[in-house]
Amino acid sequence: MTRYLRLMLVQLRISASAAMAYRADFIVEGVMALAWMALTLLPLIVLYRGRTAVAGWDAPSALVVIAYFMGVRAVLEGIVSPSLVGLVEQIRSGAFDYVLLKPADAQLLISAARFEPWKIVDLFGALGLVIYAFVQRGEPPSALDVGLGTALFFSGVLAMYALWILCAAASFWVVRLDNLTYLLGAIFDTARWPVQVFRGLWRIVFTFVIPVAVMTTFPAMALLGRLDAATALGTFGGTLALLVISRVIWKIAIRSYTSASS
Amino acid sequence: MSVARTLRALPTLLRIGVAETVAYRGEFLVWILTTTLPLVMLGLWTSVAKEAPFQGYASQDFVAYYLAALIVRNLTGSWVAWQISEEIRLGSMSMRLLRPVHPMIAFAAGHVAAIPFRSLVVLPIAVVLLVSSGASALTTEPLQLALIVPSLALAWLITFSVLFAIGTLAFFVTKAMALLNLYFGLFSLLSGYLLPLPLLPAAIARIAEYSPFRFMLSVPIELMTRPMATRELAELLALQTGWAVATLALALWLWRLGVRRFEAVGG
Repeated sequence: MTRYLRLMLVQLRISASAAMAYRADFIVEGVMALAWMALTLLPLIVLYRGRTAVAGWDAPSALVVIAYFMGVRAVLEGIVSPSLVGLVEQIRSGAFDYVLLKPADAQLLISAARFEPWKIVDLFGALGLVIYAFVQRGEPPSALDVGLGTALFFSGVLAMYALWILCAAASFWVVRLDNLTYLLGAIFDTARWPVQVFRGLWRIVFTFVIPVAVMTTFPAMALLGRLDAATALGTFGGTLALLVISRVIWKIAIRSYTSASS
Repeated sequence: MSVARTLRALPTLLRIGVAETVAYRGEFLVWILTTTLPLVMLGLWTSVAKEAPFQGYASQDFVAYYLAALIVRNLTGSWVAWQISEEIRLGSMSMRLLRPVHPMIAFAAGHVAAIPFRSLVVLPIAVVLLVSSGASALTTEPLQLALIVPSLALAWLITFSVLFAIGTLAFFVTKAMALLNLYFGLFSLLSGYLLPLPLLPAAIARIAEYSPFRFMLSVPIELMTRPMATRELAELLALQTGWAVATLALALWLWRLGVRRFEAVGG
């Protein structure tokens, strides 16, 4: 266990020093982060100019969902996407053989292969947005809600991670699937809306099939003190189930891996 | 001479394009699935408009709008920027440069060859939905209907040229893909992909109206869903042609500059 932690720290250090080499990027990334934030907020602004509440969500509450969305997206773009791009490349070139040969679990090795440290800007942006939303609401969340909301944030990140492992497993079967990151991004993009805004089929899809609700809506509801215990437990349970399923499929996929090299 | 040669090569290029699409089915399907955003927005806005029309948009207006968006996006979508930067990075661009056909023609042929497959997957669904739930929100003017196809072709050309230009930036900078993300952000906002342009805040809507993005997606949608005066039709098509010529020229110019500084990787 400590060995894996040390391993991840080493990988983090390498990525960080690579990022430090391009210090000018920091400003570019910062500006981009602000532009993206504006872009992310715009549909919400449009929606709440015409309505005071949609499906029980007023503007500040919906803002909390967007903040969670930005937080999870920062993790997605900071760790998940770069690593996935790296993995697909390795599978195609055959370099993945070397990863499998290493005396450590392959899933862990590829999961934290690359970082983009600048994405931390987005995390701070998300935090700022949450604070702004609660100032707008006029009442701070209780300590219990903050605790549950934070725990559910990590649970959301893990659910995201499980989806990513499923995509990675798919790339063993269909090798030229480099555009998986775009698909993952497109699916995840729906998480910016509270799931209750959708009706019928879409809500079922986003809650159970592609569980984006687990990543943003339910954690936001927890922070707002609106989440009942059953849904909270269900969220944790769902995340756990996703992690287990992704691990099993990963194991199956890796068994059918035929090297591209030689 | 070069034109005749290119024309002779065209059927073969198209055949290669078809073969590639069939060979990389998985990738192709994923590209189609990434364009489902209009369906999500459709779910969102119809449920918002169910209680009362939203700024003049009733439920069936949103249905018509986003289904039209889905059709246009699938027919005009392009992935050439990603292809070019990949080829430059992996070094296979050298091979392409040796061929006696302009790479832009070769890439374009690959895209055109994929269009029938794209239509095959998406159009039936979209057409059925369009007829069943959005019929009252569609245009019936014959002239306007006839102009949809040329407008789609122009939209395709603008999208292709802009993405081609972004792809050639990989000749100059290593982070061209970050630019692609920025492009997509601007595109979703200003082209009407995310929201119908009239719903945007006034200042942004003004910018969007004259930006090339509108002519990539919104204009064909507008032709399908909004009745227009003949004068406005003419103006829109003229502007669209203008943007197509301008972006094509830009793409070719950037390509020439880029190839001049190209140093093959992994020769």
